[in-house]
Amino acid sequence: MTIIRFWLTTVLAASLSFSAFANQTEYTLVIDREAVNITGKTVDRITINGTIPGPILEFTEGDEAVVHVINKLDEPTSVHWHGLLLPPKMDGVPGMGGFSGIAPGETFTYRFPLRQNGTYWYHAHSGTQEQDGHYAGMIIHPKDHSPVEADRDYVVLISDFHEHSGRRIMQNLKKSPHYYNFSQRTVGDFFADVRQQGWSKVWRDARDWGQMRMSPTDLADVSGYTFLINGKTAEQNWTGVFKPGERIRLRFINASAMSIYDLRIKGLPMTVVQADGQYVEPVTVDELRFAVAETYDVIVQPQSHDAFTIVAESIDRTGFALGTLAPEIGMRGPQPTHRPRALLTMADMGHGHGHDHDHSNPSHSAPSEHSGHEGHEGHEGHEGDSQHQSIGILESSNSGWAQAGTPEGHTALRYADLRSLTRQPDNRPPSREIVVTLDGSMERFIWTLDGKKFGDPDFKPIQLDYNERVRIIFQNNTMMAHPMHLHGMFMQLENGQHPDYLPSKHVVNVPPGQQMSVLLTADEPGEWMFHCHLLYHMAAGMMGVMAVAEADPTGEHTGHHQHHHGGHHHDHH
Amino acid sequence: MTITKLMIAVSLAVWLNTAVADADPHHKGQQIFHAFWLEAQYGGGNEGGIAHLDLDGWIGGDTHKLWLKTETKQQKGRLKENELWAMYSRNVAEFWDVQAGFRHDTQPESTSYAVFGVHGLAPYFLKTDAHLFVSDYGDVTARLKQSTHLLFTQQFGIEPYYRLDLAAQRVDRQELGRGLTSGRLGLRFNYEISREITPYLDLRYDRKFGGTARIASSNDQRRDSYTVSLGLRLMF
Repeated sequence: MTIIRFWLTTVLAASLSFSAFANQTEYTLVIDREAVNITGKTVDRITINGTIPGPILEFTEGDEAVVHVINKLDEPTSVHWHGLLLPPKMDGVPGMGGFSGIAPGETFTYRFPLRQNGTYWYHAHSGTQEQDGHYAGMIIHPKDHSPVEADRDYVVLISDFHEHSGRRIMQNLKKSPHYYNFSQRTVGDFFADVRQQGWSKVWRDARDWGQMRMSPTDLADVSGYTFLINGKTAEQNWTGVFKPGERIRLRFINASAMSIYDLRIKGLPMTVVQADGQYVEPVTVDELRFAVAETYDVIVQPQSHDAFTIVAESIDRTGFALGTLAPEIGMRGPQPTHRPRALLTMADMGHGHGHDHDHSNPSHSAPSEHSGHEGHEGHEGHEGDSQHQSIGILESSNSGWAQAGTPEGHTALRYADLRSLTRQPDNRPPSREIVVTLDGSMERFIWTLDGKKFGDPDFKPIQLDYNERVRIIFQNNTMMAHPMHLHGMFMQLENGQHPDYLPSKHVVNVPPGQQMSVLLTADEPGEWMFHCHLLYHMAAGMMGVMAVAEADPTGEHTGHHQHHHGGHHHDHH
Repeated sequence: MTITKLMIAVSLAVWLNTAVADADPHHKGQQIFHAFWLEAQYGGGNEGGIAHLDLDGWIGGDTHKLWLKTETKQQKGRLKENELWAMYSRNVAEFWDVQAGFRHDTQPESTSYAVFGVHGLAPYFLKTDAHLFVSDYGDVTARLKQSTHLLFTQQFGIEPYYRLDLAAQRVDRQELGRGLTSGRLGLRFNYEISREITPYLDLRYDRKFGGTARIASSNDQRRDSYTVSLGLRLMF
């Protein structure tokens, strides 16, 4: 028994197909609004084929995916295939790539070749429908042998369910940005800190926060969630069955709208083998910080006839998504208690790193593009990049955000630990750097990229030449982490690993007050969204577009740096 | 006349809102939000029973809002003060909006004003409203309000506030002297049942100053008053 399969509507039309693909895998998804009761209160929510989350879709690399999406809602909808390489029209973002959403009552057929394998997911890219249940997991199996062998294979999809609809949550956040923060600082906290840390330090901190008009308790914008594993509450206890000694592959998907978790399995080390659907050198950890929209595949190998509790604790410590790995259904492992809630510090504001910036001014200049690294043109090596490669692993010890409460002696996954299993096909140094600032105004619940909201009158896409190699630096000027997601292409996270083995990510979680850099080969023509994957940040405007030019018909794939340096051509194919 | 002006102001503001409202990232529709706070309170003090009914709030997008306010005071069953405001509010800095519009009072006497001002959050979480009024008669007055909120628990908090009223000249019609005309100091004890429903206890001290106080004395009116009220604040 492997993964629960939803073959209800699947037709394998291999031998009859006239297409160039070996096989077609066909699904039909019905998006509907139904009464659901998860928390004890019946509410209308969005279902896919009648369930939350929707069915796990399984495909095989090299095949063609054909998915008919029937919209039974009274509003337009869409399905975005998160992390997939596909034509822009199939990416499922209304208004992009010639796709205009799926009108009520209509059916849209997605059809695209499967160019990769791994663990992915799909979700709405319309308004706040994702919060309301419009999400599910997706697996693409390798064409031939898998580098990861396992006796069992489970999708563990974690999501945050709310009794308020997504629309209402957005309205509440605009009314009062602290609407869902029930851990605000009190007068009592102040005096408790004074006793612990002394009057002058606490007074100075309070003064600093007061001057900035920000709160050290802004870890998460939305609370009141019920956290689910594969749609099941902690009480319903989703259980993955195993026999002691078996290798179990767990495909963790964070399909939450807003929740970042610290993920662990009590008493069971996890060996991470994939991140964002891409194979990485196996690395064994006790826990990992799991950002919204990321996926991690891990191998666990329980040896005893015991129940093990899968614990995903939201970083604002308001709840757990709990599930169980057990030899038999019905068993339960030890239940967790909450770790302390972290408090943000001045380090989370970017203070104390020496790059002080003006937080009171959300309007930053347009993407600053400066073509650096001229001196490295034509070098095959990467010596010159070393100063940048430390950016991704800047793990500030005085960051409050980074305080996960990891027990002494336990290992938490760091981004720096991720190393691609396979060599990156493109190892050119970047021809230019694009700084993208992540800004916001918590007080008004406005979130921006480069000081602009998506759709602002002066909003501009970032233009990339076809096959151009660029470095993108995400500069987080806010006190919240932003899981930045790029559609249509993978980013290579500059996390200190050898440039040939940087991990490919579709989501990069940029901690508060810090910066992270990624390398990108712009080899997928079309317009691609990139945005913060916190749903209400995106809905508030924290979204941009990367526009990749069409391939030059003459076959001369010219990037910016080659223009600048006169006819130095690379052949990358 | 004044009503016509008010109507023009409202329609202008509504038009501004719909014309330039912020776009929905996904469907390019318009994203309009709103927030209104309604406060109803009743209490007593050295001037007898006093009831207030105040509405404050906005409708619009991140940058452009229509801001509406009403403040009414009833005493002995009679409407003593009644202000109706309608303003266009524009976000100009992270924490600040500039506002312009009209204010029309029916009590204590019928007057219309042009309003200019700022609304926002000053450092140290001081919610701030500062407005300048130019009346139909050409006289200029101003009002500054600030308040803050300190939590003792996640539900229970106190809200100290003050308000200052100023006049650039004597306004005989309204029995105002030049300079600082009146001030208010208050403390509110809030108990938030939910974000939407907050009962409160309000302690308030009002005082007239300068020429205004002398005018009040000569009319055999009190210079100051205190009020203890119970109220309910609703957010919608």
